[in-house]
Amino acid sequence: MKLFGFAAGVAATLTLLSTTSAFAVTQISWWHAMTGANAEVVGKISKDFNASQSDYELVPVFKGTYPETLNAGIAAFRAGQAPDILQVFDVGTGVMMAAEGAIKPVAEVMTGAGMTFDKSQYLPGIVGYYSKPDGTMLSFPYNSSSPILYYNKDIFQKAGLDVNNPPKTWNEVWEAAKKIKTSGAAPCGYTSTWLTWIHLENFAAWNDVSWATQQNGLAGGDVELKINAPIFVNHFQALADLAKDGTFKYGGRTSEAKQIFLAGECGIFTESSGGLGDIVKSGMNYGIGQLPYDSDAKGAPQNTTPGGASLWVFGAKSDEQYKGVAAFFAYLSKTDVQEYLHQKSGYLPVTLAAYEATKKSGFYDKNPGRETPILQMTGKAPTDNSKGVRLPNLPQVRDIQNEEFEKMLAGQQTAQQALDNAVTRGNAAIKEALEN
Amino acid sequence: MAPQLAITLVFFYWPAGQALYQSMLRQDPFGLRTRFVWFANFRKVLADPAYLNSIKVTVVFSLATAIVAMCVALLLAVMAEKAVRGKGLYRTLLIWPYAVAPAIAGMLWLFLFNPSIGSLAYLLRSLGIAWDPLLNGTHAMILLVSAAAWKQISYNFLFFVAGLQAVPKTLIEAAAMDGAGETKRFWTIVFPLLAPTTFFLLVVNTVYALFDTFGIVHAVTGGGPGKATETLVYKVYNDGFVNLILGESAAQSVILMAIVIALTAIQFRYVERKVHYG
Repeated sequence: MKLFGFAAGVAATLTLLSTTSAFAVTQISWWHAMTGANAEVVGKISKDFNASQSDYELVPVFKGTYPETLNAGIAAFRAGQAPDILQVFDVGTGVMMAAEGAIKPVAEVMTGAGMTFDKSQYLPGIVGYYSKPDGTMLSFPYNSSSPILYYNKDIFQKAGLDVNNPPKTWNEVWEAAKKIKTSGAAPCGYTSTWLTWIHLENFAAWNDVSWATQQNGLAGGDVELKINAPIFVNHFQALADLAKDGTFKYGGRTSEAKQIFLAGECGIFTESSGGLGDIVKSGMNYGIGQLPYDSDAKGAPQNTTPGGASLWVFGAKSDEQYKGVAAFFAYLSKTDVQEYLHQKSGYLPVTLAAYEATKKSGFYDKNPGRETPILQMTGKAPTDNSKGVRLPNLPQVRDIQNEEFEKMLAGQQTAQQALDNAVTRGNAAIKEALEN
Repeated sequence: MAPQLAITLVFFYWPAGQALYQSMLRQDPFGLRTRFVWFANFRKVLADPAYLNSIKVTVVFSLATAIVAMCVALLLAVMAEKAVRGKGLYRTLLIWPYAVAPAIAGMLWLFLFNPSIGSLAYLLRSLGIAWDPLLNGTHAMILLVSAAAWKQISYNFLFFVAGLQAVPKTLIEAAAMDGAGETKRFWTIVFPLLAPTTFFLLVVNTVYALFDTFGIVHAVTGGGPGKATETLVYKVYNDGFVNLILGESAAQSVILMAIVIALTAIQFRYVERKVHYG
């Protein structure tokens, strides 16, 4: 990985050196973390943007995984070599927001170039998440995703479950999972990627319960986690109980559980809508359902929160560069570009126009389920509990949560103990981070 | 100025000085706000139960890795000495794993023991063992030690083979004439004469397990489950580069630096003197 980063760096330097002398265009550097099909999308969008005008040249550079890209950006900033645009994953949003002196809000970049960022054109859930409490748009939403439920239709059939009716509530998921296990249709009933993102952050939003004080940290200030409320405890105790006999199978902290589902080991699976590509590729007879909600929650289902990543602009660049960045963001917002991005990558379209156009083209009739994440995110106007979560040190807090979950699933502690510990340790870590 | 001195200054003293300075700062990730806090980071790190846990994990991991790697290598070396035909081939094959990068070694073992797709995990399960390194800390540790030790066996094997060849045949033959059995000959003659090699390898293996196994931990467990396999080196990385707590991470690396200096001193001052070089 290191060697690759070095090679990429050398390649990038060479490109920069060779092109600056050859053309009089302004270079715009874009560091991203996209791989596979998503990397092809980055390449094509950049190429098309460069072909569409002659003043700016966008240079995308792959910097590794999401955390690696964020770290590369931070290290480059410290060394005075920051890129113009940096792709930062949702979890890093709070880190970037805390660095006000380092970044330039997207709203300012646009107005500086004589353009405006018209929020009403974009999906409200997404713009809300990437704005300051006062409404200033800080970063440009590039790729957004939402967790959904996938199920293996063959296993459902074998277990005697209705293949056209995926479970809607968590209780239904537990029942279906038990049936899959006891009927012998599969060795495990249910598995999930990203317990922190799906079972805490989105669970809270989708059921309209508080994840933390201060609007889950969006309103800023002193934030305290609320994830040891009874609704969370009951949910996780159910998971822990199902884990005992293997009805629920833990895969890992990020998206490792996808393998388990793809191997046909488990019948039901919750994962990001961005993970659809691999499931389609595997040739599985799969179905898609909405993210399940808790039947005890009054407001459920509310709306899910955006995952994925957004593009941040670093400060202290020349006006020319900012104009180039603004031109690129304007290009990126075009309906056909967004349509391409949405249909090719599985991420959500960020503008309403692109969503409408995709709908009209009949894409969702041919690909049922692709609309589910959009409906989930936009179905209801977000409440204080469902605009997203934000902390200056969310990666660290998620780590703490994962550690406590692992101890719980191994049978070393109850859900109540796990969540109490996660709250105590998490709050201490947040306090520390705010003191910086 | 001598060039080697310049290199030492640039590549050792400068970064070490930077680490020392950083360890006394509190800073946000971007370096926009900096406060000088003297030894507050050290106090915090040493009072942190997670750090103390990490020390425990590191001691268990390092000792287990060193002992397993050395015992297996010694056994293989003794067997290799006894081989009549194909000695060279046998040796070459045993040296190969040393050429494998740590992260790749980690991935290999991870695949073999992956609870869903691993062939060895399947075997364990059919033996009635509920193999689950994802949630069971002991299983995760066993997996890590296996991967780390496997990687080091070749190196140890090489040194033991050389050490065995240096044992005078006359001594062994004389003992055989006096009626000493094979086991007795090994423990009373060969093993004591191997002591310098063994001690050298003990230090090398411990240092390897302490500082050179980051790639394996990163690839196999990422420090989990819980914090069951978070070694000191992995914690430096995790706190500094994932959680972006730079001051405390620097303080931890300064502590590691002190450990290395202490280990080296022990090796030169104590071990070198005590070992009997036949």
